[in-house]
Amino acid sequence: MTGNDAVAAQVPAALEVRDVTKSYPGGVVALDDVSLRIARGDAVAIVGASGSGKSTLLHIMGTLDAPTRGQVLLNGRSTGELADRRLAALRSHHLGFVFQHFHLSERLNATDNVASGLLYNGVPRHRRRAMAQAALERVGLAARATNFPHQLSGGERQRVAIARAVAHGPLVILADEPTGALDSRTGSSVLELLLELNESGTTLVIITHDGGVAGRLPARVEIADGRILGAEGLRT
Amino acid sequence: MRRAANLRRPTHVRRPADDPSLPEPGRLTAIDVLQLATLGLRSRPLRAVLSTLGIAIGMATLVLVVAIPRSSNAALLARLAALGSNLVEAEAEPQPNLPVSFPADAAAMAARIPSVTASAQLGNTSAVVRRSSLINPQQTVGLNVLASSPNLLAVVSGSMYRGRFLQPSTEGFPVAVLGYQAAGSLGIVHASTPSQPERVVIGTRLFTVIGITAPMPVTSDLDWAVFLGWDAARSDLHWGGRASIVYVRAPDRRLSAVSNLLGPTLYPQDPGFVNVSQPSDALAAKRAAQATSSGLLIGLAAVSLLVGGVGIANTMFVAVLERRPEIGLRRALGATRRQIRLQFLGEAVTLSALGGIAGTTIGLLGAAAYALWEHWPVVLPLPVVAASVGGAVCVGAVAGLNPAIRAARLPPTEALAST
Repeated sequence: MTGNDAVAAQVPAALEVRDVTKSYPGGVVALDDVSLRIARGDAVAIVGASGSGKSTLLHIMGTLDAPTRGQVLLNGRSTGELADRRLAALRSHHLGFVFQHFHLSERLNATDNVASGLLYNGVPRHRRRAMAQAALERVGLAARATNFPHQLSGGERQRVAIARAVAHGPLVILADEPTGALDSRTGSSVLELLLELNESGTTLVIITHDGGVAGRLPARVEIADGRILGAEGLRT
Repeated sequence: MRRAANLRRPTHVRRPADDPSLPEPGRLTAIDVLQLATLGLRSRPLRAVLSTLGIAIGMATLVLVVAIPRSSNAALLARLAALGSNLVEAEAEPQPNLPVSFPADAAAMAARIPSVTASAQLGNTSAVVRRSSLINPQQTVGLNVLASSPNLLAVVSGSMYRGRFLQPSTEGFPVAVLGYQAAGSLGIVHASTPSQPERVVIGTRLFTVIGITAPMPVTSDLDWAVFLGWDAARSDLHWGGRASIVYVRAPDRRLSAVSNLLGPTLYPQDPGFVNVSQPSDALAAKRAAQATSSGLLIGLAAVSLLVGGVGIANTMFVAVLERRPEIGLRRALGATRRQIRLQFLGEAVTLSALGGIAGTTIGLLGAAAYALWEHWPVVLPLPVVAASVGGAVCVGAVAGLNPAIRAARLPPTEALAST
């Protein structure tokens, strides 16, 4: 599906799905024989209308859901046979999720929200806060560290969520409509931030229905009715 | 193509691909778990308080019904200790065809038993006492008319309410001392004064009331008796003069030896017809029986605890439903099912432990206040307190188990989708 065979397998894959099908009881097929290889350091937009299967693809790539058939490889390792606790550990080490609606805890300030992202991957207590503050600095929110979500603007909240996703230095950021709840100017700056993080080496996968957002990423995969229609800019 | 691992069911079997070189899930410290467990409480404090109310009420009731009888028992034991629990009573038990009784000098005989420090005797005259001669002897209140040694009160730790007790000098005179309840039932509230004599009819003779005893602390059956001098009873009531009850005092450590000797000493013909007992024992046993009758209240407390547990289970079910997005997020951040389960189980246990501690504190304060009000010693039943808080924690664990398992089994995608 992706051209450029000359440099095949030169860049190791961060994330790969092979022949993945996801069907639900009742015969609904959300993904139909999808294969996709995302190389380390890529920044890929997965574009599709609502109901196209792009969210299902993100969940399967993020090991939050298991495919009915096919394989998911994270950092070159097949995840299909792993026990739940191993998958959880893989997520906590290699993946960082960003959601449309931020999913911040209203009871915790920005630093503690970011630190809660480090709770499950074995970072000792005393280091979590320092790492959280460093992450907030990376997203330009050092000054807002003690603010609670209700004291922050939408863009700032999404930046806190992004800080939480990158605090532990993940291999891949999986972002599900990260600008969907933001106005276009704020959304643009959030996208800018995600691209900066990609520049510094983190693989980036953004799910979006917004062609404008997709256009700003170097690689795009178009998805409709659970099938990949086309891809451009992917390295193999 | 192999089937992928089903995310919905926990798998404890180590699979071939479960490579130990893969990252291990992070371990939560005790402080992490505590912070997670109190997250819901801190977000909705009012709900937390309401949901723990049942447990708190149950615990408060439980502690109250246990602590108050203990305080009252402690008060009784303290009083018995002060009066001396070393009183022994020997009572002749008349048989259907054998009139068992003790000699007229029974108290003196008992006093010769080694270690006996004091003794007194009573003789049942079987006479009838009436307020006046106009009252039909067949319609009296059934008070015992007892001939008594003059030192009875000293031996049984009694005291006078009005007037004075029988003296060696009044042995032969027609004077009577009334027990506290006997005086009440005869309608006499004062001892005789020169200007206002009080008299009762015993048998067919008039006796002057010279005193009324205060309620007896240990030998409360004597409150229903009328006491006469030994000689007066013999001469005025034509009574045989044999004793029927002997009280002795002896040091605590010699009590059983003395008790064993009383029967053979007082009724050598057949010591088995002498009933030897310690009145303080009977009193303590009676009070203990009263204390255990609060079993019904303990049952009520247990029901309240059960209702409290249902309340917590209910709260936890709602919390799990409400916090599905949070569960999804935590799973995405790398929480294992076990860690999600721990968080919600911890929350249920924390809720019930807080309810248990609050209820126990209220119960203890209430019991202490009641004991102080009654001038009883304050007894804090610490093992009961520990057991009740432990019980609350168990109730919380049971109540929280199912909601926690549900939270842990929630598929992450479903949880995230429910925004």
